Amino acid sequence: MALWLKRSYLALVYAFFYLPLFVVFVYSFNSNKYTTNWAEFSLKWYQSLLSNSALLDAALNSLLVAVCAASLATFLGTISALAFKRYRFFGRKALYIAIFMLTVSPDIVMGISLLIMFIALKIELGFFTILVAHTTLCAPFVAVTVLARLAAFDEQLIEAARDLGASEPEAFRHVLLPLTAPAIAAGWLLSFTLSMDDVLISTFTTGPSFEVLPVKIYSMVKLGVKPDVNALCAVMFVLTLVLVLLAQTISQSRRNQ
Amino acid sequence: MRPPVAGKGGSLFRGTSIGTTWFWLGAFALLPGLALLLVSVLDKGEIDFFIPVLTLRNYEELLGPVFLTVLWDSVRLAALSTLVCLLLGYPFAYRVARARPKWRPWLLLLVIIPFWTNSLIRTYALILIIGAQGMVNKVLLGLGIIHEPLAMMYTDFAVFVGLTYTLLPFMVLPLYASIEKLDPTLGDAAKDLGAGSLRTFWHITLPLTLPGIVAGSMLVFLPSLGMFYVPEILGGAKNLLLGTFIKNQFLQANNWPLGAAASTVLTILLVLMAGLYRFVSLRVSGRERKGLLPGALGDPDVMNGKKRRARDGETAGAKNAGGA
Repeated sequence: MALWLKRSYLALVYAFFYLPLFVVFVYSFNSNKYTTNWAEFSLKWYQSLLSNSALLDAALNSLLVAVCAASLATFLGTISALAFKRYRFFGRKALYIAIFMLTVSPDIVMGISLLIMFIALKIELGFFTILVAHTTLCAPFVAVTVLARLAAFDEQLIEAARDLGASEPEAFRHVLLPLTAPAIAAGWLLSFTLSMDDVLISTFTTGPSFEVLPVKIYSMVKLGVKPDVNALCAVMFVLTLVLVLLAQTISQSRRNQ
Repeated sequence: MRPPVAGKGGSLFRGTSIGTTWFWLGAFALLPGLALLLVSVLDKGEIDFFIPVLTLRNYEELLGPVFLTVLWDSVRLAALSTLVCLLLGYPFAYRVARARPKWRPWLLLLVIIPFWTNSLIRTYALILIIGAQGMVNKVLLGLGIIHEPLAMMYTDFAVFVGLTYTLLPFMVLPLYASIEKLDPTLGDAAKDLGAGSLRTFWHITLPLTLPGIVAGSMLVFLPSLGMFYVPEILGGAKNLLLGTFIKNQFLQANNWPLGAAASTVLTILLVLMAGLYRFVSLRVSGRERKGLLPGALGDPDVMNGKKRRARDGETAGAKNAGGA
């Protein structure tokens, strides 16, 4: 294949990825209400977002859930990854397969399974249930990310620390944790993004008393193209962009140390 | 892996970490899974969502024409999207994996960004492209190729484009992981021995990257069955697809047992595809991989393009494999 052909194929697929997002971004600054005709540059749709209190409430709820769920998921995922790496125990293989399956299982199945469990246990849908659901969604990803980092890790380092008199928890804290820190941080960022973006699981696991941003966006998006939705989507995209770049930087800087 | 060294604080830490792992997987994964399975064989109640009467009626209902049509339409669309993602994604991933080392992290980053971006937003963005007033129509009208806007929205085509667009990164990343791992000298050797490009690809590249192909297909196929918002945003209410069917049973029709049974079908597909992945990855690696857990479902790097990147320190992030 000719070089220019290869390159234009790459460029074409990248254009496919980015063109729609770019168009949304551009139109979010369009003052025209009929979004497909350009009038002039304007920030009014961003202002209208800021005056939409129901939306802001949902955004705050989502931030709260995302921070809590990401932290819980990071804790659970990291602990399990360490246990998998370090110990042999009853059900280890089965649990490992379960984690793997959770990362690939369709979200809708996870959402309704949790919904059934919450209802069967007579737990009212709201902050608590969506927190549990998002933690369940994110923790396997953290576990897999941290395990991947640990796979490259030399077991003898721990043994050396133990030989030098470190207790098991000390060896974990001073040897394993610093080495896996970039993966743990990236896992947290990934979890945060997953939680902020999740429509499928949130639809089933939260009630009207606790609205979250993705479900709110979904209800707006369903009504078709609107300029303020463009602005909202642009904000969400930029947020994701920042998080991805942050995750990249963390991994890169650690590697160059 | 050796058993733990007994020592001060060791057993407590060991017990806590194992106990925590068991607890969260048991309470949040195993228990809901069993609840789903159980409800799928219960009867629906007049007031309650389900009543404790065992029945196979839900599964019988799934064999009826209504559900089979839904399933067939969904599988057809999902399979088509998966195939197109594979055909688009394979040469793309190959080029990225074989790009100059200097460029590779940046090219990869440009795939990871849409991978992390909310697919709801990406679906919405498509309306501005393929809608009646969208870019495609404007360009074609402007060029005089068409005289009336093409009606792409609210068709199967729109849903197909939507699924392909949102899920393509999920195909590319596992493909990239398995192509990058492939030793380029293998291809050179085949060529030295007289094999043409096509033959080299068929006998060397393709079989060795099969785990990536299966993993990518799984990450596109399964979510595209469940992502109800793509058909709902792009396809209108005309096409009843599996995800919407399941959602309706829970949120509208209040027939939880039927919805649970339909979800069980989706889970069975998941297990089958995971089994296929394990089979091909074991064949390719020739032996069970060391380092991770022996005998587990292959290593996760091909599965979600994570391990290798995490190890290389490029990024440790991959987005929800089950469809965000």
